[in-house]
Formats: sequence, structure tokens, C-alpha cells
Amino acid sequence: MAYLEVNDLKVHFPIKGGIFGRTVDHVKAVDGVTMRIEKGKTYGLVGESGSGKSTTGRAIMGLNKITAGNIIFDGKDVTNERGTREDFRKDVQMIFQDPYSSLNPRKRVYEILAEPLRNFEKLSKSEEKKRIYELLEIVGLSPESIYKYPHQFSGGQRQRIGIARAVALQPKLIIADEPVSALDVSVQAQVLNFMQQIQEEYGLTYIFIGHDLGVIRHVCDRIGIMYKGRFVEEGNTDEIFNNPQHIYTKRLVSAIPDIDPRNRGKQINFRAQVQKEYEESFSDYFDEDGLVYPLRKISDTHLVALPGRGE
Amino acid sequence: MSNRILEVNHLTTSFRIGDAYYPAVDDVSLTVNKNEVLAIVGESGCGKSALAFSIMGLHRQAKIEGEIKYNGQNLVGISPVQLNKLRGKSMGMIFQDPLTALNPLMIIGQQIDEVLFLHNPSMSAAKRKERVLSLLDQVGILYPERTYDQFPHELSGGMRQRIIIAIAIANNPSLLIADEPTTALDATIQSQILGLVNELKEKMDAGIVLITHDLGVVAEIADRVAVMYAGQIVEIADVFTLFENPLHPYTKSLLNSIPANVQPKSELHVIQGVVPALQNLPRTGCRFSARIPWIDASKHAENPTLEEVEPEHFVRCTCYQDFYLPGEREDGQYGVS
Repeated sequence: MAYLEVNDLKVHFPIKGGIFGRTVDHVKAVDGVTMRIEKGKTYGLVGESGSGKSTTGRAIMGLNKITAGNIIFDGKDVTNERGTREDFRKDVQMIFQDPYSSLNPRKRVYEILAEPLRNFEKLSKSEEKKRIYELLEIVGLSPESIYKYPHQFSGGQRQRIGIARAVALQPKLIIADEPVSALDVSVQAQVLNFMQQIQEEYGLTYIFIGHDLGVIRHVCDRIGIMYKGRFVEEGNTDEIFNNPQHIYTKRLVSAIPDIDPRNRGKQINFRAQVQKEYEESFSDYFDEDGLVYPLRKISDTHLVALPGRGE
Repeated sequence: MSNRILEVNHLTTSFRIGDAYYPAVDDVSLTVNKNEVLAIVGESGCGKSALAFSIMGLHRQAKIEGEIKYNGQNLVGISPVQLNKLRGKSMGMIFQDPLTALNPLMIIGQQIDEVLFLHNPSMSAAKRKERVLSLLDQVGILYPERTYDQFPHELSGGMRQRIIIAIAIANNPSLLIADEPTTALDATIQSQILGLVNELKEKMDAGIVLITHDLGVVAEIADRVAVMYAGQIVEIADVFTLFENPLHPYTKSLLNSIPANVQPKSELHVIQGVVPALQNLPRTGCRFSARIPWIDASKHAENPTLEEVEPEHFVRCTCYQDFYLPGEREDGQYGVS
């Protein structure tokens, strides 16, 4: 029994057109995504911009309407109750990509962190203050920070405020939408270490959305690769990185910059080879609309969208 | 030396905050040769972009001291008219954000055409259009004819960045400055753009200054690397030496904080503290010392200078000799001298 189950999730956005503003077509941002996420693990959602990975995360969270499919969280079907169920709203939190726009500029850190507490927990003034100090300590910000506004912090510090807000209610699942994309490497290291540390301490489950495969490889246990709203390949981290089957996954993996300059020539050859395969056999991997085929199992844990393979 | 395209000597760029000037680029010297990519690496706030803008003469309010020699001609203090003859013609710049660097009200074709027209007034309109189309083709735009008439908002981020590159190389510059050219792009597009930059280097024999914070990008295409911290170059070496034998504590810390260099799920190295704001930068002693507090103060040089520790490998400050990362000394790996 998986902790979070997503079955055939579809999110279609209407395109309005004509003089009456009727719906003329749909953008199929997410088009049939199924995944199982185990408790205490990190699931990586990967794809290029526009692949639907953020929409998937936001749909699970309840920030986007779901067109079809269902979501089962901890054994309960929450598909139609994501916005109303208290426990779901408390247990599932989100860390946003942009630490500059996800914090209210007119609120002090104290108010930012107190808001989720006031919404869900009846705490006295002194208890509330105590919790907020604890939260700041967890994320490594000084106690004086509570009187400051978001603009007084650096990007990394703001992202930590965002994380403090997300963990304030001791959630069980955190959806992190590109939490480190906007940060410098040293700050990125800080945030990643911290996320890992609280995961171990509280047994958190993460959905980690990202496009930096170096980071994804570092933090994830299982990975789903998305392309045009569908899964191209899904598997454990080493299966995706060491044994990619789909040409799209291969392209992504080959595009990761190699940190050893001596491998430059090898890397260029590898990329050229993958690119050649991509151009020659594009039609073997994608249907006539340029979409991917349904996923099939090629091993117990490794699924790939290839019609000729697997069962 | 005829091979030398750019020579920067003791460049200091200061900005005015309140009543005083504070140097964002502090006594930087470097050279770029033909057919060479010099990467400048560092965190935000290290002065990388300020350096690039100084070379291109794009700072309006800054006080610039020192020498910037392009092909032997000093650019510091020359008139904007003279500078404009070089910029866009023999010096090109690729900006970080492809969305804001293009004019949203002008079609792509005109934006590239403009650069050609300004520097080659005698070129006929037909010739220019032909050149624009071939440039679009050169940077990998699939349908040059169609893209010529499109507006920037109709293109994806990767395509826009290609347009920026097309503008930068329109007049075959011999010096190209790329300020974080791939930061806003997806990995597959990044590798294509880097491939393109590499191709340009070889085909046009140009010198390229690549500014980035991504060490993966550096490892992919740089020939030499300068690591900047707090306005100064702290280490400069060829790319193989820098990745194999990094010496300065800052370089080592950076390399240890990227996930590619460590086991998955293991803890990454965190550089303590933050890059200090311009007004609060330490002006004496080792500027990095505050971020490696476990290193004894006596290990730092009093007035750190860039020293050549092996041929063509320069390091600032003596603290590198006794530097170890936290947790490393126990393993006895290095750091014990």
C-alpha cells in the first residue's frame, strides 16, 4: 500500500476562443499520470519546462482543478476534498520555486510563520511564539529574524523561511517545486542538506520537482520522467541514470554536464550518438501526435513508454 | 603578443553608495587569447557581472580605474562614440536573461539587422537580410524565414537565447562576453547552446569570457578558469588543473558543495555565512577568512596577493597551504601540511 497514490491524473486547461469565449480546445497539461509514492521516500518529477511536472504537483496539492483521475493519500480518497479536508491541508505542504514571490512582502517573518499555526492549531500567544522560535532554530535563522520583512533576507534565507512555513504544521508530505533552482550552489547545498535532515528526523515524504538532474540524482529514490503531460519512464534512481531506455530519458541524461573536464571528448561523442538516435528513430518512440506511448513494465520497478517492450 | 585579445590590468570598478565609493571589482588582472574560453566563476555578489559590464563599458555611474586593453587599445576613459564603434562589432555580449534583452516591439529580423546596419552602413538591405537569415541558420533556428518575422514573445527561451547569440556574433566579433548564457535554460538546451559557443570559438577564432556559477558548465567548455570571491580573483588556472588540483579554500568549498562530486544522499559541504554586502566587505586580510573560521588566523597572509604556485596556476592567500574542509582532517586525506 503506497502512501500516496495518483491514478490516471489528468489536468486539462480550456482554451477560450471565438466571440463568445467558448471553449474551443484544451491544453492537456497533465494527461494520464499514475504514480505510487512510498512513505519516507523522495520521488523526483523531472522534465523540461512545459512538461507538466509543476502542474502535477500543484494538482496533488489542490491548487489546480483535476479533470480526471483520483488521488489516494494514506489510504483515503481525497480527490474531491483536497481543498476542504483539514487533515489533508495540514499534512500536505508545498515549498515554492521562487523565494522572492512566494513570501508576502508586507508581512514580517513572525506573521508568515504564524499564519499556518493560527489556521490549524489553537495556541496561546506564548506557545505560538515558542513554536516560531523553534521553527527558526530548525532552519538556522537567528531569533531576531521574526521582526524582519522578507526583503531583508538573501535568497537562501528566504527559501529557508519558505521551508519553515512548510514544516510548521509537521506535515507528512511535502511537495517541493524546484526548491533550489533559484539558488547559488553553496546555498543550494544548505537547503538540500536541511531537507534531507528533516526527512530523516520526521520521516517526511517528498515529491521533488526539478529539472537539474544532478540535484535529482542526489536526493531522489525514485524518478518519473515527464514529457508533454505523460510519463516517459519511471524507475529507481540508478535505473534511470545507469540504464535509461527511452530516447528522451537518454537525451536528458546525456545533457548533464560532466564535472570532470577530462571526459569532455567522451561526453561530446555520447551526446552526438544519442542525438543521432533521437533523429533517426523518433517515430519508434513517439506516436503520430508526438506524444509518448503508455508505460509498460520492463522489470518490477522500471517502467518505460515503449510499445515493443515489456508486457 | 598578437594572440592576445583582451588584457585587463589592475581593474577596479567602484560604485557609489551614500558618500563613498566601494569597489565591486577590486584590482582584477586577466588575459584572454584567441580561440580560448576563460570562465569566471563565483557566487552571486562576487563581482562577476560587474567585471563583464566594465569590460563592455556598460556601467554609467561607476568609477573605473586600471586598464582594459582590447587588441592593445585601452578602453578605459575613451569616448562613448569610440566605444560604440567596437561594441556590437568586434566585441559582442550575450546577456543572461533572453526575455529582457530583446526589444518586445521589434521583429527578430530587424533586431539582428540593426546591428549590421549600424556597423556597415554601406551594406545593402538585401545583403543584410541574407546575412540575418544565414546567422539564424548558424545558431540553429529551424525556419529562419519564419523566425525573421516573429516577435520575441513568440519564441521559447532557448530560441530567444539563440537570437541573442546571433546578434552578438553578427559582425564576427573577436571577443565575446557571455554572462550566464545558459542559466535560464533547460539541460538539453543548455548543452546545445554550449556546443554552439564552442563551435563559434573554433570557427571564428574568438576569445570568449564566460561568466557562470555552474561548475558543470565550466568543466564542459572552459580552457582556463578564474574563481572570483568578493571582487577579487582568488585562483586562476587551466581547467584541468583547477578541477584536479584546486588549491584555494573557496574553490575547494565550491567543488564540494555540488551534488555531482559526492555520493547520493550524503551531506553536501555548506560554505558558512554569506558573501558580505559591498559596503561591508573586508578591505584588508584574506576576504574568505570569515567563511572558514576553523582555520587559524595565523595561517592567512596579512596582505594576500595572487601568487604563482606552479606554472600558470595562481592562488591568493597563504591559507590554502593549511586548509582542510570540516570533517576531512580526521580521514587524513589532505590539509595536513
